[in-house]
Amino acid sequence: MKKVIDWIDERIPMTATYNKHVGQYPTPKNFNFWYFFGSLALLVLVNQILTGIWLTMNYVPSAEGAFASVEYIMRDVEYGWLLRYMHSTGASAFFVVIYLHMFRGVLYGSYQKPRELLWIFGMLIFLVLMAEAFMGYLLPWGQMSYWGAQVIISLFGAIPVIGDDLTLWIRGDYVVSGATLNRFFALHVIALPLVLVVLVFLHIIALHEVGSNNPDGIEIKKNKGPDGWPVDGIPFHPYYTVKDIFGTAAFLIVFCYVLFFMPEGGGYFLEPPNFEAANPLKTPEHIAPVWYFTPFYAILRAVPDKLFGVIGMGAAIVVLFFLPWLDRCKVKSVRYRSLVHKLNIAQFVVCFVALGVLGALPAGPVETNLARLFSLGYFGFFVLLFVYSKNEKCKPVPERVTG
Amino acid sequence: MKRFIIAILACLPALGFAAGGNNPHVVHADIDLHDQASLQRGARAFMANCMGCHSTQYQRYERVADDLGFTLDEMNALIHTDTKVGELMVSAMPQEQAAKWFGAPPPDLTLVARVRGSDWLYSYLTAFYVDQSRPFGVNNLVFPAVGMPHVLEGLQGRPVLQEDGSIVATGGSLTDEEYRQFALDMTNFLTYSAEPVKLKRQAMGKWVLGFLFIFLILSYLLKREYWRDVH
Repeated sequence: MKKVIDWIDERIPMTATYNKHVGQYPTPKNFNFWYFFGSLALLVLVNQILTGIWLTMNYVPSAEGAFASVEYIMRDVEYGWLLRYMHSTGASAFFVVIYLHMFRGVLYGSYQKPRELLWIFGMLIFLVLMAEAFMGYLLPWGQMSYWGAQVIISLFGAIPVIGDDLTLWIRGDYVVSGATLNRFFALHVIALPLVLVVLVFLHIIALHEVGSNNPDGIEIKKNKGPDGWPVDGIPFHPYYTVKDIFGTAAFLIVFCYVLFFMPEGGGYFLEPPNFEAANPLKTPEHIAPVWYFTPFYAILRAVPDKLFGVIGMGAAIVVLFFLPWLDRCKVKSVRYRSLVHKLNIAQFVVCFVALGVLGALPAGPVETNLARLFSLGYFGFFVLLFVYSKNEKCKPVPERVTG
Repeated sequence: MKRFIIAILACLPALGFAAGGNNPHVVHADIDLHDQASLQRGARAFMANCMGCHSTQYQRYERVADDLGFTLDEMNALIHTDTKVGELMVSAMPQEQAAKWFGAPPPDLTLVARVRGSDWLYSYLTAFYVDQSRPFGVNNLVFPAVGMPHVLEGLQGRPVLQEDGSIVATGGSLTDEEYRQFALDMTNFLTYSAEPVKLKRQAMGKWVLGFLFIFLILSYLLKREYWRDVH
């Protein structure tokens, strides 16, 4: 065995890579609940890729065959229903996990120097994931697939001058059609997953270069023992591998509960109108995007003008990219920051969740006004953060990690 | 931090999805997918009364026979056309002509229970009433301006809408109670048809969750053992 490993190591740095990223990667010893979601996101990604490959074996990417092929998978393919539910539940689980993972970054200032690039790679992953989910949702070719895609693609039409040509270029037709389905299929199963995997790779490389942040927001690398190993660090393996196995088990209990007992997710993971085949001549009463897009959809609808609504929705995502520079405070973790910052994060969470709820409801006058209020709170978070973080009164940050 | 989690969880019940709208005429359908006799009656009723126009074209006869406990001979006897038992359950009615007769082709019903909900389906079957202003002389409380004739009138009788909003049918071959059971059986069958694997997945889910709970405990013990030397 030793000989085989030596043989490989002389040709490719296998052991060195393993040690740098797993066996000897110094990890802060004080990770809490919030630190499970990075590895869980990776787990869900693997789930999506594997179940996706097997679904592709029986799925038919054509306007005539798509809907029937999904039902064929659900009924005639051995355990096809399991693959399909794993994939559809996985899509929602991906966003649950990613939102919590991003929120962890906000709580503990994980986007701050020197982790700006790490944060940007993460945001790019989020962006590509949204595109991936959007295109994947068209593939079952149900009513909500069809009309949801119709609505979202038409948003590009709001862009002046090139808008109409752009929507035509995206759809490949004057309406969402088989041509759209074919290209979305290609992008969903090949192009975007490739980009996603590369970005995840870069995200992890960037993380291991700068080292993990932690709930205290202090750099464990600054406090090294005589052996050069951070005194508050423990090797990723076996400590965090066993801890993540525990987290995985807990996650899978929730995941499998949804998968086996409520795969429709209360009508939010699989929407009831999507069990009806796409019909270009019949518009559903209420077109709602899938739950993970609803916060941004609510912002879009809150703005009276279509173009400015699209800009608002785009800005809600773009502003997140600039978080490392909007937060000018030198203290990272919410634990040692001011009450103002804590309240600001709290109101941000309330606004985001409220926008998510509003985006799933039909827009009446009351809902629209509420959506405006919460949109203000959403963007207000960043504006306020930029203002108060310059001279924020923080608590003293400890030398060593706590708890 | 716990505040945030509680706040987020507190919002969840507000998200109850209103599938099919909040029609006050939709009543609860007390169906049981474990009741194979009811499912068999529903399948027979569906094939005898509905399949002239409606398909369940994503489902195969053989699958229904296997799941509901029909022998293949029994199933063959139920198929009125020369269709083979391994084929999809497609109605013999030509779609183009049907569209001419009814204004729109009769919809496929394989997944109707997942689109509309079982309660809606049961309510729909029991909510036809006489309305001479409609082309087929009937309307429906849960589906206003419905385009389908009341094909079950021979069974239910002539349903007349009363002042108090209830429907009283007379002259049918079934009593009111028998008709409700008939509608319930049909709803049960169509609910099965919308997701034939439902009982199987729930049964499997119990084993999966059972395994995961044991795995959770073991993984926790393993984690605690490894972390003993971290201070």
